[in-house]
Amino acid sequence: MDTLTQVQSSYQAQFEQALSRRKRNEPGWLSNIRSRAMDRFSDVGFPTTEDEDWRFTNVDRIGQTPFLASQKPLRIPSPQQCAELVCTENAAACIVFVDGYFSAELSDLKGLSDGVRVTDVAQALVKDGAFLQEHLCRYADTDRDAFVALNAALFGCGAVVHVSPGVIVEKPIHVVFISTASAEATACHPRNLIVAEANSQVAVVESYVAVADSVYFTNAVTEVVAGENAVVEHYMIERDAPSSYNVSTLRVEQHRNSNFASHSILLGGSLVRNNVHPVLNGEGAQSLLNGLYVLGGDQHADNHMRVEHAKPHCDSRQYYKGIMDDESHAVFAGRIIVHKDAQKTDAKQSNMNLLLTDRAQIDTKPQLEIYADDVKCTHGATIGQIDANAVFYLRSRGLSEQDARNLLIYAFVGESLSRMKQESLRLSVEALVLARLPRAGELRESRG
Amino acid sequence: MLEIRDLHAEIEGHEILKGVNLTVRAGEVHSIMGPNGSGKSTLAQVLAGHSAFTVTKGEVLYEGEDLLALPPEERAQKGVFLAFQYPVELPGVGTNYFLRTALNSIRKARGLEDIDAVDFLKLVREKAKFVDLDERLLNRAVNEGFSGGEKKRNEIFQMAVLEPKLAILDETDSGLDIDALRIVSDGVNKLRSPERAVVVVTHYQRLLNYIVPDFVHVLVDGRIVKSGGKELALELESKGYGWIAPANARTNNRPAVASAH
Repeated sequence: MDTLTQVQSSYQAQFEQALSRRKRNEPGWLSNIRSRAMDRFSDVGFPTTEDEDWRFTNVDRIGQTPFLASQKPLRIPSPQQCAELVCTENAAACIVFVDGYFSAELSDLKGLSDGVRVTDVAQALVKDGAFLQEHLCRYADTDRDAFVALNAALFGCGAVVHVSPGVIVEKPIHVVFISTASAEATACHPRNLIVAEANSQVAVVESYVAVADSVYFTNAVTEVVAGENAVVEHYMIERDAPSSYNVSTLRVEQHRNSNFASHSILLGGSLVRNNVHPVLNGEGAQSLLNGLYVLGGDQHADNHMRVEHAKPHCDSRQYYKGIMDDESHAVFAGRIIVHKDAQKTDAKQSNMNLLLTDRAQIDTKPQLEIYADDVKCTHGATIGQIDANAVFYLRSRGLSEQDARNLLIYAFVGESLSRMKQESLRLSVEALVLARLPRAGELRESRG
Repeated sequence: MLEIRDLHAEIEGHEILKGVNLTVRAGEVHSIMGPNGSGKSTLAQVLAGHSAFTVTKGEVLYEGEDLLALPPEERAQKGVFLAFQYPVELPGVGTNYFLRTALNSIRKARGLEDIDAVDFLKLVREKAKFVDLDERLLNRAVNEGFSGGEKKRNEIFQMAVLEPKLAILDETDSGLDIDALRIVSDGVNKLRSPERAVVVVTHYQRLLNYIVPDFVHVLVDGRIVKSGGKELALELESKGYGWIAPANARTNNRPAVASAH
């Protein structure tokens, strides 16, 4: 047996172990989904670069590492440690998972108002079976994506956020995944579900952080349902450990007149794949996909957008920006699919990249599939270095070359930050991004 | 204040300046005129320190110091200011922040404390009024989405805030309507003082009705071919550059003759 097959059969073994462990608790509908997903994964295995969707991202490093199922941590971080890792001040609620296990100690779910529920998925399956049956694993496609299939087969943790009709949650809800350094390479498959019913409003922040560096693999799937006229913001703040792998899939189902925004901030990890897949499935739906990736060393980050316009009069906007230093490699693939009925679609896509060295690399690829005849779709990508004329202009006004360059880099990311509506989040994301840039703090007030 | 001696400069192997000599003393206003492609803007950019140009021969002394040895920011810190022909748009860089950073780096070089926020705001308001610049533009990114006239006024506004000793204006008048031209000229005239010097690079005589120069120089094919008082500008206006340009200056296939409009 080659490594790949060995690894695949180890997932099969993990699946069977989990199956026997869960047998008593898990409803039949979910067991069926899991079995089908496991079969699917066993059939197709991990994708290769032959697969068009994975052309620029080689996942052999994930496929050939025999990851163990993550174990319940012996020591969980202290609340202070947790607070240092993730700023959850000003949160409506905070649900924390450590190495893939729900931590009641670190979570704070007390302050929630009526009409908002935040629970661990395992508990929700027990308490809220009918609701989960309606939504869980109903949107992210296990047939198209082997990682989604593997997640459906194996997930054991994750947050369920349910906002009742008409309820406005003003402060963000934090979902935090902490990895503690373990000696063995482990994998964790979180599955989140966010359902915002009609006329509700909520912002959910998904953060990935690590206590220390180690080799681990996070394979997360988040399904979001934005009900009619609901306003939903999702933040993905990826700050994984330098040796880790993260494959995340965000699948959004948008109903009529819903307004959804996704903000993906990729800062950490060795190999990261960020799939964002909204389906605008009701007239008048709007979708904003805002992304920022700041890479260095030999980091690889792949942003894979799939924006599906299924109904007429929907707008989508994709704005992704990246800064690549050293030998880092970024990928942006933005597919816009306009279905036959989706007349009057207005879809825009922009991907701008700043390469700080000659060795950094970006592959950017727009893909438009349009089956309707009355639509507006535009796309554009730029790849550049810092504008020498702009540097000269700043220097001619007395700024040093380093200050001039930093100011321009910071200005470049400022636009992405300004799209984040939650001010407290915008400020904490800004601080995280600045920490990745030299002479950070002094630039804070520079934005125009 | 400024002493340019036999200055030669090239870009990508093309020699643009072919031996410029010019002396500017404190308190003087010099105008450099000339046809398109004669090297006027190159001279301005070389003085400000643009790295695209290589000086192959000659020297420039600024207050007795070798100007060409200094990086652009040190030139600025020592009081040299270039108003750009094409001001650069800086998306995401707030005008106020940009200007305060610039002012403080210049103050620092002069051994002064950073300006405090309140004083800065006062200064900026006063100077914005002075060039009739809409204050709201100050809260926007530098030059982003500014009209051509607003960009030029922004250059003069920056000059007014930074108070340079040597101001070089590179075709600041081009494309301005008469109102904007008056505003820009007023800005420059208010800066005139016995301690300061101004070099006005222009293609058109019209500006010199408002900024009256002490000296006018004609630059053709990389050399100053004629110098005189302000009446020289009027002569150029009526006769064009053709009568001045020596035949041997027409090298490189650069048209030495251009109409004044």
